[in-house]
Amino acid sequence: MEDLYQEIILDHYRNPQGRGLREPFQAQVHHVNPTCGDEIDLRVHLEDDNGVMRVADVSYEGQGCSISQASASVMYDSLAGRTLDEALEALGRFQEMVQSKGEIAGDEDTMGDAVAFAGVAKYPARVKCALLPWLAWKDAAMQSMDDVPSMDDVPSMAGVRVEGESNG
Amino acid sequence: MSVAISPGTIDVRRVREDFPILDRSVRGGGRLVYLDSAATTQKPLAVLDAERDYYLTSNAAVHRGAHQLAEEATEAFEGARARIADFVGARADDVVFTRNATESLNLMAYAFSNATAKAAHGAPLPPGAERFILREGDEILVTEMEHHANLVPWQEVCSKTGAILRWIPLTPDGRLDLSSLSDLVTDRTRVVSFTQQSNLLGTINPVAPLAQAARAVGALVVLDACQSIPHMPTDVTALGVDAVAWSGHKMLGPTGIGCLWATPETLASMPPFITGGSMIETVTMEASTFAEPPKRFEAGVPMVAQAVGLAAACDYLDALGMGNVAGHEASLTAYALEGIADVPGVTIVGPADLVDRGSAISFTVDGVHPHDVGQVLDSSGIAVRVGHHCAWPGCRAMGVPATTRMSPYIYNDTDDIDDFIQALGRVRQVFGEA
Ligand SMILES: Cc1ncc(COP(=O)(O)O)c(C=O)c1O
Repeated sequence: MEDLYQEIILDHYRNPQGRGLREPFQAQVHHVNPTCGDEIDLRVHLEDDNGVMRVADVSYEGQGCSISQASASVMYDSLAGRTLDEALEALGRFQEMVQSKGEIAGDEDTMGDAVAFAGVAKYPARVKCALLPWLAWKDAAMQSMDDVPSMDDVPSMAGVRVEGESNG
Repeated sequence: MSVAISPGTIDVRRVREDFPILDRSVRGGGRLVYLDSAATTQKPLAVLDAERDYYLTSNAAVHRGAHQLAEEATEAFEGARARIADFVGARADDVVFTRNATESLNLMAYAFSNATAKAAHGAPLPPGAERFILREGDEILVTEMEHHANLVPWQEVCSKTGAILRWIPLTPDGRLDLSSLSDLVTDRTRVVSFTQQSNLLGTINPVAPLAQAARAVGALVVLDACQSIPHMPTDVTALGVDAVAWSGHKMLGPTGIGCLWATPETLASMPPFITGGSMIETVTMEASTFAEPPKRFEAGVPMVAQAVGLAAACDYLDALGMGNVAGHEASLTAYALEGIADVPGVTIVGPADLVDRGSAISFTVDGVHPHDVGQVLDSSGIAVRVGHHCAWPGCRAMGVPATTRMSPYIYNDTDDIDDFIQALGRVRQVFGEA
């Protein structure tokens, strides 16, 4: 059980980063995990930063277990302020790790606190909890891209897996 | 609900020998403490043996072949029906086999939407089917504690027919608030469908007054007995209701079989639900007529092995005595409620006393999400359920997003409850809440 409830996860659960719904934003989504009732409302604000799309803010409110709530906090730390490309890569790495059934440990240098979720991969019922905020972010980011001023050619979302979508 | 209670008359040690799964270890060597029987029960060897024997000796498609095996299989299947019917005090012909309680409840709900759709263009209906024809503004009454299986099908009926769904609200301690019953049961009420025992809260509902109020306005009464038939002696014909749904897998039986009992008049007046082979009387290219109940509602090759297994489960439970089962559960429930009350920061969701309450106990732990509570218990080998228990509106009414639920059965004893309470006491430490 200690591999699941790592101290980093409990810290994020007790002191969530970036929590609260903020302005401005282009898209807001509501995702739920229908098997256990975890919910998240999430907003994404993308900005055109001299031709590079940047995740200017991710803001959220949610309720749920320690895994889903800590994951939202770690997601905020991992994605806010990054370029959209970097953020999508971070999502890809996180998703790959938690869906790996324990095969992929994750790399602390590139993933930061998100590696603490490697233990979740061994608890199939909790993978959805961990992915809930990240997939909500992806959904909101995709919707936001249509609304970012002066971004004509947006990076492709190809390669981001849609399976495991958690809004039921 | 008056239940014959004879406490402590189940020899749990002896019973556990019939459930080898309870001897396995979990999570790296810990003893398994299975407290999730409201979700599904474990199966005794007698049930597994009965299924295996059937496949080893008599397996064939029932009601079809001209050969000896087909005869034996048909006999096994119909014999199982008679045995299961007898377990609940019913006639064999009034028991329909389904996949599970969910399908049984859908069968009832579809009788309404199908009859309404057929009546709209004058298609033939069985005599007496008027009871199942809904008009816009007719009302269907459920309760706020229903399992989704007894809620969503009725919502669907409403959206197909223009009927209106109403519900009996809950009191803060998780009982039905019957103070406005006379406003809720009106001459527009056509169906009253409710659970005898809540899988979320453990509450046992007063069937008789609800059924009487419903019948007084001519409404059909459907009872979800999924959480009651496995736990107390039941005579479905004495409940004063028109139909009763339950699942085999929550009463030691196999998965893949459920039952619907209904009065002969009710079954006879219902149009079919799932159609195809075995449920017909005659078939031409233009149209078909349908068999008498129960076959009218059993299309295709049925679940013979599961029926045989469920009959064996009835034998097993009757050998223990359902009064003893109820008594054993009542004493475990009392013991568990007392133990839980002594754990700081734990709140029971549902009745905290023993009056009209079954053995499923939902609770929350201050500062720790139910899912995390379940995970910590699991690390001690204790299997409980977490989430909204397919009763999401009931959770909302109780002001909780979810709960953790323990639900003991005949193979649990006070040692299991002690282990559970001890592990529960550790939960808040893990999360630094205590
Ligand atoms: C009260 C109640 N009704 C209906 C059901 C549905 O049973 P099944 O899933 O076997 O169809 C359940 C099962 O959890 C239940 O507890």
